[in-house]
Amino acid sequence: MSTFLSTLKYAKTDEWFDPATGKVGISDYAQDQLSDIVFMEITVSVGDEVQAGTQIASVESVKAASEVLAPVSGKVVAINEDLPNNPETINSDPYGAWFIQIEGGDPANLLDAAEYEKHCQERAH
Amino acid sequence: MTEPTLFELSSPGRTGMTFPEPDVPRFDLPEAGLLRDDLPLPELAEVDVVRHYMALSRYNYSVDGGFYPLGSCTMKYNPKINEDTCRLPGFLFTHPLQPIETVQGNLMLMYQLQEWLKEISGFAAVTLQPAAGAHGEFTGVLMMRAYHKARGDSKRVKMLVPDSAHGTNPASAGMLGMTVKVIPSDARGNVDLQALKAECDDTVVGLMLTNPNTLGLFDENLEEVIRLVRECGGLMYGDGANLNALLGIVRPGDLGFDVMHFNLHKTFSVPHGGGGPGSGPVGVSERLADFLPAPQVAILEPAIGDTPPLYGFVTPKHSIGRMKAFHGHFGGGLVRAYTYIAMHGAEGLKDVSQYAVLNANYLAARLRGTYKIPYDRICMHEFVMEGRVEGSDVRALDISKRLMDYNFHPPTNYFPLIVHEALMIEPTETENKDTLDRFADALLAIAEEARTNPEVVKNAPHNTPFGRMDEVKAARELVLCCWLPEGYESSR
Amino acid sequence: MTYIPISPQERDEMLKTIGVESLDALFEAVPSKYRFPQLNLPPALTEMEAASLLSEIAASNENVRSDLVSFLGAGMYNHYIPAVVDHILRRGEFYTAYTPYQPEISQGTLQAIFEYQSLMTALTGMELSNASHYDGATAAAEAVNMAFAVFRGKRRKVVISPTVHPQYRQVIRTYTQGMELELEGDDPNADLQASPQALVPFIDTNTALVIVQYPDFFGRIFDYTQLIEAAHAQGALVCVVANPTALALFKTPGAMGADIVVGEGQPLGIPMWYGGPSLGFFTTRKQYVHKMAGRLVGETVDSRGQRGYVLTLTAREQHIKREKATSNICTNQGLLALASAVYLAVLGKNGLKQVANLCYQKAHYAASALSKLPGVGLCFSQPFFHEFAVCFPKPVAEINEHLLEHGILGGYDLGQDYPALKDHALIAVTEMNTRDEIDTLVEVVQEVLS
Repeated sequence: MSTFLSTLKYAKTDEWFDPATGKVGISDYAQDQLSDIVFMEITVSVGDEVQAGTQIASVESVKAASEVLAPVSGKVVAINEDLPNNPETINSDPYGAWFIQIEGGDPANLLDAAEYEKHCQERAH
Repeated sequence: MTEPTLFELSSPGRTGMTFPEPDVPRFDLPEAGLLRDDLPLPELAEVDVVRHYMALSRYNYSVDGGFYPLGSCTMKYNPKINEDTCRLPGFLFTHPLQPIETVQGNLMLMYQLQEWLKEISGFAAVTLQPAAGAHGEFTGVLMMRAYHKARGDSKRVKMLVPDSAHGTNPASAGMLGMTVKVIPSDARGNVDLQALKAECDDTVVGLMLTNPNTLGLFDENLEEVIRLVRECGGLMYGDGANLNALLGIVRPGDLGFDVMHFNLHKTFSVPHGGGGPGSGPVGVSERLADFLPAPQVAILEPAIGDTPPLYGFVTPKHSIGRMKAFHGHFGGGLVRAYTYIAMHGAEGLKDVSQYAVLNANYLAARLRGTYKIPYDRICMHEFVMEGRVEGSDVRALDISKRLMDYNFHPPTNYFPLIVHEALMIEPTETENKDTLDRFADALLAIAEEARTNPEVVKNAPHNTPFGRMDEVKAARELVLCCWLPEGYESSR
Repeated sequence: MTYIPISPQERDEMLKTIGVESLDALFEAVPSKYRFPQLNLPPALTEMEAASLLSEIAASNENVRSDLVSFLGAGMYNHYIPAVVDHILRRGEFYTAYTPYQPEISQGTLQAIFEYQSLMTALTGMELSNASHYDGATAAAEAVNMAFAVFRGKRRKVVISPTVHPQYRQVIRTYTQGMELELEGDDPNADLQASPQALVPFIDTNTALVIVQYPDFFGRIFDYTQLIEAAHAQGALVCVVANPTALALFKTPGAMGADIVVGEGQPLGIPMWYGGPSLGFFTTRKQYVHKMAGRLVGETVDSRGQRGYVLTLTAREQHIKREKATSNICTNQGLLALASAVYLAVLGKNGLKQVANLCYQKAHYAASALSKLPGVGLCFSQPFFHEFAVCFPKPVAEINEHLLEHGILGGYDLGQDYPALKDHALIAVTEMNTRDEIDTLVEVVQEVLS
């Protein structure tokens, strides 16, 4: 059973966004679907302006590969440089394993935890 | 039971091969700075090497060893005569840059093979240069791009690919920076015409279609699909992976395809070699002929009386260039395929496809009541069923692994992506009825086990020399060689 | 002749089970207008007839073992292949298997590839090798793809030395025509006497990759360390196209700091086969493993605790990543990678050094003897391995024609690719050439010139 944190907002493409800190990661549901993650890379740098829906990272598991998209538009103010060395923490702690931090992101178009959980359930069928 | 590696077997001072002493005066090597210090290769005697590889060979499943119904891979029996013809000294020991007068045999064989492949496929011209299916596909897409470009039609950047396509199709288009648009399949497994219509506009490069498709079905809308693509100015790419269903049945060129790659290692019995080499010639319609890779084999001077023609190389007018060094997979691919076609003739090739289709439909008929075949109609040379059993939670992967215990190679699993728990089964024409029956019986027995004793299926295989491998460990630890440069770890 | 093991009676039973009347009835989905074309092919041959036909075709060629003495190289070399190599290749367990997707029943292929990868890293001095590419030229093109991916398309220039094999440069051009790359440096009119440092002015912060050859197309051995340092100073990667036999003697590209080492593996126990199939090896540094195309075998353990091998990092390949994959490559050259591994195993450390030394000694003997002829000279003064460029006072075509009359396959005419090297030939000498053959070559050339 996947976990959905109520303090976070979610994109339909399975990224989470923390309005309090501006951090971005992928949801528990997404890591579970990907299974064992063996590689990740962040494809943006600090200072980049990103648009919601554009690629910020890619993730590969034993059997799948996925692009990670920016859930909101804004300026990249930090990237988690340790994460590429420990990509398995995305599986073990998806809400702790942040990818990048975005400044000035507006979460208005994102789903809340309950909406996102429903979105995940719908896709399971 | 594991076999040590070559490096573990090595013992300093052993040797498997010695060469004559130099018969020329001694010349000094260059200064030491240009030389290497150590050559860390193993040291073994010939018998060590033979025993090692014999031990490894016993761990392999192969077509010579048993039934290999790997969908879309056409694992047919590889006639032994091919192994002899391709190793004739006249083929083995000719240099690709020899003067053409000294290799007329090679060139005649290549020319005739081009002609035969044209006849079989209905295309206007054929290149033998591509090294494998994916390489042929890349060649084809390069020609499509060049064709539009030569006409000044620079808007065309969109490649249409059905959702049932092989992964190489979008990857080939991706290598050229094209946008890939995925076209869904309809309820009968055909290209969805409505969805196709919506994408057909003046930015379309073409459509890459596998026919029969990866569900093993001949697309019932094919003529309409081709009409729509041509009407918007696009070109039709045919993925020839499934040509084993079509020999003497229908010619892709007649249907209106503009370009198609052959897989000589599938259709024309070139062995798969543990994953290569393949051979991927490409056929094209008249309008693409000038864009073929260079060089092409042609007749430079026609035959006069008893004098045979002079074969040689030409460069097509708007050639996309060279796809690999030299002339394609001549020895391993072209000679074997030539031998195979020469021994079959028109009727023999038609038999190949008819019996390939017979075998697939026979297996489907035997399994239909037990396993779900989602797009169920008369199939071509292969079919796709769901690898799950009513009342059990075993998955396609488990069924695949359990088949090994019955001494069969599993089908292709989890492809095409549009079928849940897909098992894609291609028996080929070179299997007899007894083998097909034993295979069907095994799958029926596994379905029964899945209900009554699912653990035996989930933990399979049991009778193979090795069990399931820890793929996560392999990917995380990435041990990719048994030898590392000295000081490698410390220099990290 | 067919290989279909089904009797007419069995066929009829099977049709009955399917529920159709005839074989033809299975094809109703095919548009009737085009169904069952009559193919115009020659009548089918029996095995006996095919064997004889193919023998006749093969015999009409002049081959370099029984008809001709070869001094032709330029990317493919006539080396001795130990008997054991083909005996192992002919095991049906190896050559009739496919890609090892099911590791439980493919450990033979998987361990053989793993060992191949190990041997290639040992030979090149690099950290990892993939399971191989189609040939040396396409491996070089894949190096461009990889460098492009490493910089995520942000660097758009590739610098190529003019002394990289002309066909390799052509293949790179073909491969990259959709990538909007600038290819610089390989002007055929460039000063071919210049040192590798002549490429440095082309290298800037927009350069993804620098490609050089080792020995270069003219057989010369350069230490590329300084060039590689200069490229790294601009952040660019360097790919060295290497001859594997030469690597038994000479400093490895890995020791020079190369990021990618590729090359043609044909010299390692693979027949010339009129140009293919051969073997493209591809080695690189560990940090680039996720950007490298091609299959990769890694070590692991099975459910019973035994050491075993699997195809790994497959998610970066085309069947998962589709249009986002670095390359569309699907197969490798499995059987030929096996051939090269058997070759390296049986020759081992000492055997390969012997071959390389024989090539070096005999090539130098030939170069020395030819250059003593009036009007003949060595084109370059740098150290070389088993191939060298000579200039003649007459067109190469004329000399080669005369050599052919004496059963000798002359060198490659360099004027075809380099206008400045009109009347220059590239002569290759391997362990297969005896002193007598070299002496005959020199005598015949002398005869043509006098």
